[in-house]
Amino acid sequence: MILVVTLFILLMLAAALAALVFKDLMSAVIAACMVSLIASILFYLLQAPDVAMAEASIGAALVTAIFIVAIRRTERYEE
Amino acid sequence: MRSIVSLVALAVIGAGIAVSLDEIPFGAVKSRVGGHYVDLGREQTGASNIVTAVVVNYRGFDTLGEVTVLFVAAMGLGAVLATRRNKQKPDIESASLVLYTGCRFLFPLILLFGAYIFIHGHLTPGGGFQGGAVVASAFVLVYLGCRGKKINETGSKLVESAGGLIFILVGFAGLAVGGHYFLSNYLPRGELNTLFSAGVIPIIYIAIGLKVGSELAGVIDRLVEEST
Repeated sequence: MILVVTLFILLMLAAALAALVFKDLMSAVIAACMVSLIASILFYLLQAPDVAMAEASIGAALVTAIFIVAIRRTERYEE
Repeated sequence: MRSIVSLVALAVIGAGIAVSLDEIPFGAVKSRVGGHYVDLGREQTGASNIVTAVVVNYRGFDTLGEVTVLFVAAMGLGAVLATRRNKQKPDIESASLVLYTGCRFLFPLILLFGAYIFIHGHLTPGGGFQGGAVVASAFVLVYLGCRGKKINETGSKLVESAGGLIFILVGFAGLAVGGHYFLSNYLPRGELNTLFSAGVIPIIYIAIGLKVGSELAGVIDRLVEEST
């Protein structure tokens, strides 16, 4: 259990770092979406299914969609 | 120079947070109200999901504030974006057949799942806010895959207003019943673990689910319309 949680946390940190490093903003948004998704899995593993549901649907779906809309409207690549 | 100052400030703030976190006994039982909810929540509210019992029954007034905050945020976004809405229809590039068919297949299933979450809010994890967000994500899928289709704005506004009205009217009806207060649980609690139980909780959560779902779908609709 501890091992699984540690693995997920490491994956989450890697995704968060990737979101910072990527120059292609669309990839960065997908990496940020992955952070939310892993956070929701962690919430579920820590026995908080109510929070996990809210995190998955708002953090991973709606916020990502709003960011993608914003990127379409502005620029895709960061210099 | 500026980076050194900000690093020093960051170190001081970090040390302060670390010291104050060290003082907090995590996991220790400090408040008696939490134990009260866990021990007596089921009998007092009739809801098997204690989170829902707290959100809708014990802290119903806070939930009303939360719904109001969401409403004001959506209204503000609409006010900002409505001032520069271009009326001419943009030429929309249609999605591929696989995406289009997949969206049409998945859309009703996701709607059903969202409705299940907020109708069963008092029995299983989840509730009005989570179910509403799932319903809104179904509309996100439609905007990704079936770009020609649009949400019926009058219908969504009607559902949204009806949801808010039901929430407040059910709350005020508690004042009319003797011995109860605003947003209190005055209907019969019914049998634990059945769909028709927990008094006003399912009614309020269904209203919240419809309201949050149509509100978030409206937010996505306005943003997508602005971006095309």
